[in-house]
Amino acid sequence: MRPGIIPAPIMNLPWRLLLPVMFIAGFGCVVLYSAAGGHVQPWAFSQGLRFFVFLGLAIFLGRIKQNSWKAVAFPAYIIICVLLFIVELFGAVKGGSQRWIDLGFIRLQPSELMKIAIVLAIARFYDIMPAGEIRRWNAIWIPLVMIGLPAGLVLLQPDLGTATMVIAGGITVMFLAGLPLRLFIGGGLAALAALPILWFSMHDYQRNRVLIFLDPESDPLGTGYHISQSKIAIGSGGIFGKGFLNGSQSHLDYLPEGHTDFVFATMFEEWGLVGATLLIAAYFMIVRYAMQVANRSQDKFGRLLASGLGCTIFYYFSVNIMMVMGLAPVVGIPLPMFSFGGSALMTLMICFGMLMSIDRANRRSGQFI
Amino acid sequence: MRFRQSNLTEAGQRFSFTRRSLLVSAAQLGLGGVLIARAAWLAIAQNDKYTLLSESNRVQLTLIPPRRGWIVDRHGQPLAKNRSDFRVDLIPDRVPSLDAVLPPLIETLGLTTEDVQRIRTDFEKAAGFQPVQVAEKLEWEQFAAINLRLPELPGVVPARGLSRDYPEGAAVAHLVGYVGSASADQYKESHDPLLITPGFKVGKDGLEKTMDLHMRGKAGAQRSEVTARGKLVRELVKRPDISGSTLKLTVEGGLQAYASRRLGMESGSVVVFDCQNGDILTMASMPAYDPNSFSDGISHDEWDMLSKNDHLPLMNKSLQALYPPGSTVKPLAALALQRHGIDPHETIYCNGGYRLGNRFFRCLGRHGSVDMPTALMKSCNTYFYAMGHRIGYDKIAVVAREFGLGQEFTLPFPSQRYGTVPDSAWKMRKYKQAWSQSDTLNATIGQGYLLASPFQLAMMAARIASGKAIVPRVINGPLVTPPPLNIPPEHLAVVHDGMNRVVNMGGTAARSRLPLDNVTMAGKTGTAQVRRIAGSQRGGDAMPWKYRDHGLFVCFAPVDNPRFAAAVVIDHGMGGSRAAAPVAKDVLTYLYDPAKAMDSLLALEKNWGGTIKERMEREAALYRANKAFERGEVPLPVTVPVPASGSSADGNSATSAAPAAPASPTASSTPPANAPSASTEAVQP
Repeated sequence: MRPGIIPAPIMNLPWRLLLPVMFIAGFGCVVLYSAAGGHVQPWAFSQGLRFFVFLGLAIFLGRIKQNSWKAVAFPAYIIICVLLFIVELFGAVKGGSQRWIDLGFIRLQPSELMKIAIVLAIARFYDIMPAGEIRRWNAIWIPLVMIGLPAGLVLLQPDLGTATMVIAGGITVMFLAGLPLRLFIGGGLAALAALPILWFSMHDYQRNRVLIFLDPESDPLGTGYHISQSKIAIGSGGIFGKGFLNGSQSHLDYLPEGHTDFVFATMFEEWGLVGATLLIAAYFMIVRYAMQVANRSQDKFGRLLASGLGCTIFYYFSVNIMMVMGLAPVVGIPLPMFSFGGSALMTLMICFGMLMSIDRANRRSGQFI
Repeated sequence: MRFRQSNLTEAGQRFSFTRRSLLVSAAQLGLGGVLIARAAWLAIAQNDKYTLLSESNRVQLTLIPPRRGWIVDRHGQPLAKNRSDFRVDLIPDRVPSLDAVLPPLIETLGLTTEDVQRIRTDFEKAAGFQPVQVAEKLEWEQFAAINLRLPELPGVVPARGLSRDYPEGAAVAHLVGYVGSASADQYKESHDPLLITPGFKVGKDGLEKTMDLHMRGKAGAQRSEVTARGKLVRELVKRPDISGSTLKLTVEGGLQAYASRRLGMESGSVVVFDCQNGDILTMASMPAYDPNSFSDGISHDEWDMLSKNDHLPLMNKSLQALYPPGSTVKPLAALALQRHGIDPHETIYCNGGYRLGNRFFRCLGRHGSVDMPTALMKSCNTYFYAMGHRIGYDKIAVVAREFGLGQEFTLPFPSQRYGTVPDSAWKMRKYKQAWSQSDTLNATIGQGYLLASPFQLAMMAARIASGKAIVPRVINGPLVTPPPLNIPPEHLAVVHDGMNRVVNMGGTAARSRLPLDNVTMAGKTGTAQVRRIAGSQRGGDAMPWKYRDHGLFVCFAPVDNPRFAAAVVIDHGMGGSRAAAPVAKDVLTYLYDPAKAMDSLLALEKNWGGTIKERMEREAALYRANKAFERGEVPLPVTVPVPASGSSADGNSATSAAPAAPASPTASSTPPANAPSASTEAVQP
């Protein structure tokens, strides 16, 4: 340990992760401050506060041993599946789609936690499975069921966006675990063929969202309004933006959900392409950190978990940004850490906690350092 | 596939993971590139487009209707002006629910079912921020009540506006016309957003229509920043409107109003010229609609009442009604006779008529030996039958055209009819028949195929009076000196002498001498038959109103130095001397002694039941009451007693008929094939 002004425990924190995280959250608070018309209430202050609470949680989780994650993987997966089931029942009782359980200080969305739990559980599954069985049938169908059950429950809520992310997270881990490549190529083709079936099983509003995604101008005052206004905010932002507190689209309420799902457009209008590039770069630094942790990990569990979480983070922000820019249908996925709201923030912080935990395990093993 | 084997070992899977995570990372970077590229495409390549869209979101443009130019008379007195009023509009984008907003509006403003229906229709058609008119010309109390309730009326916008005001009301209706909201077709044609701005009116008839662009002005604009919910954030730039130009007429406002009132209960018209320069001083056609209520948007009942009235209040008779001019064209015949060598002192013996072959054309008296001035004075048909027969009508027709009959004149009115001056070529063209000698006799005394409008008759009188080829004008501008007509002054003097005798020396209009010391009027009466009359039966008192003869009178004053010329036509007035000449007398008296003329008018109006406005209001009330009775809403109304006038026709005739051919929207120079008057015999007063 080198002596220094800064205490060692702080020096030893993974700043390559924490700096971009703090940048994103800080930038997010600045944008929320502007979205509220230049006030810290009602969004910026509570978002900042929540960030520090969850950051503390993440750092705490980072000190948990990697093996403990192995232990909780399956129980956590099963508990969250049960929660999903309960939520589904409640929703049916209350006569609508209900996605959360109110815990008082936060509305807990089991589907949100499932995005991590699925990665954790699949990674654990391949960790347990002997290396020689990777070409066995068991290596395919068990994870598929593990993914399909929660994804189906989330779809029933109905929440297409989260279900897609659960599936994507699980499949990505399967891919990284080393399943034969042709399975994925074949699966991709099969999914393509199944699109019409998916189409007919969708709710009207979901179908509408897809149609409007394909042609937002067809319904400029209805459902296409979100995408149209978002594109106007982004397009009018230009390279350097209209300047802090000068976004007319968000300040005059033309941009719907300007502090939650469409916060990227709010940011873009005032900070332009420059702000957007910095933001995306920050997200990429986080994903890059996750991939490096994975590559350094000495055991299969750490490797799969870290890379799976990295991909989940990537899906999270890229789907939101694609949606806001009109490259994906409006699926109601927030921009993690940047949007106002605790669920996505909590999910990401748990991811970071796990990544730091694996990182610590890597350093202990002394390799690659 | 060489990794398949090694994939089954721990080390092999580790190697495979490195490869695959690299692949995933590459895919992620690629997608990240797509994100940046997409952002750059929107923000750089399409920046202009989206900046514009963002601005049009942010800034709302509201048009401010320009103030319409006034119409003033030759002295600058307003005939049409603007009055400030209160109005209420709806902004559709800001109205969450029309059904929630309407009940309080109905309650406060007293809207009728018709109003509500119109608002609903407009509301559905209107797009976004385009305001929909709820009501205009509100009382201050109503306006204040709406302002008070605004918090519960989202999207309701009270505003101050301007509405058109015609101080003289019906007296100027046919001259200036009226204004109204632009039609859907007009908007489709130009897509000028001003046309559908509430409170903006375009001319619908008369000078308001033809001179619309002159008086329209340029709209102002208000740019304001609004939120998506329509809340005003702040006002940006305001560009004031540019008022329309004032339209100055040659019309003498007081005279126009006087002439209209003087027509009283009759259906008729008065046209007065300045005979030295062609200025139209008055062009009155009565009865008329009230342009004030037309400009507000007329109710169904009101329209119904006007369109069913047999006195045709919707028609500008001065320009659009055609009449056989009767004896009023005898001065033209006199000029033609002189041009073709007939000595005005040559006499013809009148024994009560003129025999042509086996037919006898009647004169209304036995005038004995008459020369030209005497023939004019007594309106002797026999003289003109004989002389007309001598030279032939083709030669008289030439003179008639020189004096403006059958001729087209460019005037800023939406519709004019030009009448007919027949001759042999015309008859051959139109009916494929040769001109007969009896055609000549009829046309010479202003019957048969000859048709003219009151406006043309007045112009004829003006040209006879001045001997100048005056050109009519109604818009004031620099004076044009008219060239003289191709008529020797001595010929004109004979005609002036004859017309002077008509009024001042015991002729047919002797009772209509001007009641002035130093001004005398010369004139010529005319009585035009409406239908062929069997035997000696005439279109007099015994006939139903619509079959009675038209009364006509053309005149000028002063006799020795003509300044003013006029024509008066009273539909079914039964005779020029009886119905038309007294009106002309009072109108010309007004030019010299308004007080004296007004006294005689007030005495008459007492008999008629009040001013035009009072009579029209009473008539409308009676009509509405009758309508309500017909619908079974109320008991039969007590008929409002209207004092009957001594000489005028009964205005409540049940049947309806056009005084001449009905108005047609397009000006035509020839009458319909079945000319309204087809008598072969003439009547003289």
